[in-house]
Amino acid sequence: MVREVAESCVDSLLTEMVASYCNRFYANKPELAARRIEAIGYQVGHQLSERYTMERPRFSDHLEAIKFICKDFWTELFKKQIDNLKTNHRGTFVLQDNKFPWLERISIDPLTDKVNSAEDATTAENKATSTISMHLYYPCGIIRGALSNLGITCAVTADISNLPACSFVVRVKA
Amino acid sequence: MAPVVPRSGDSIFANLEHVNAELFTLTYGAIVRQLITDLEEVDEVNKQLDQMGYNIGVRLIDEFLAKSNISRCVDFKETAEVIAKVGFKMFLGVTASVINWDADGTSCSIVLEDNPLVDFVELPDNCQGLHYCNILSGVLRGALEMVSMKTEVTWVRDMLRGDDVYELNVKLLKQVPEEYPYKDDE
Repeated sequence: MVREVAESCVDSLLTEMVASYCNRFYANKPELAARRIEAIGYQVGHQLSERYTMERPRFSDHLEAIKFICKDFWTELFKKQIDNLKTNHRGTFVLQDNKFPWLERISIDPLTDKVNSAEDATTAENKATSTISMHLYYPCGIIRGALSNLGITCAVTADISNLPACSFVVRVKA
Repeated sequence: MAPVVPRSGDSIFANLEHVNAELFTLTYGAIVRQLITDLEEVDEVNKQLDQMGYNIGVRLIDEFLAKSNISRCVDFKETAEVIAKVGFKMFLGVTASVINWDADGTSCSIVLEDNPLVDFVELPDNCQGLHYCNILSGVLRGALEMVSMKTEVTWVRDMLRGDDVYELNVKLLKQVPEEYPYKDDE
């Protein structure tokens, strides 16, 4: 039987990892914090994809490997598949999860007291977006690590313009 | 007094949402590795893992109290039993046991034979001073502090260092009476 732990173990660990890197180790250097968090994800993705592909034949092309990430790999991690996959057939893939579990339970500091101006609202919104982005470096790293283990060098970014949907954009390097 | 036998955490664990433990184990491992690279000193890594655990424990106690349906523990002995039998089971899916009580009931050991944090782990020679699972001691300390118990938690045995089990000594330093920041209506 596959060993399991309570979901809150992973949730708390990820929250605390992001908080430690952003607020303690690299408090004034968000780019460095982001890079470390991504690196942790990369390592995990690399190891997991090694484990989950042990009994499989090699993937014939990039699309097959990406489909594996969308279906089997995502199911191992989140018990569901990626909801939508798009590609321009020139090395860019967009993987959309309509309700990304790791964003579901993030709460952002509520706006302090009252919002005085449109400017305050914009600042608060920017802060919220950057907090969420910090949490997305980890899954981006996981995807990049998993694909790298399958022999695909790529860059992965996340797009959260449609929360709670989250799109991961994979750009394969030629 | 007969020892209190708390309900087991099995049924609570069964009712919670679960995830694949590999993700948890590998994530923790990657964090430890990254901390070793970034902080360089093993002692500093131990300290930071403990701090991370403390911060987690402070929050996790809420979920524990909300979902476990545990009523107030009468003393530290019962508290330790509840942590071992219910707490570990509920979150990590493993059961721990409590041994080595001192005469006045303020210090004991929590023993783990199975520990999902260390699947796939082997310590390299240059990390011998590392308390790999130090996050756990932090979690216990943080969670207990939220229920008014100041404790000191230290590792006694560690399977990664060749011992036969994991053993954490939990020592009750002081029980802080609950304080309310507000007065009752006069």
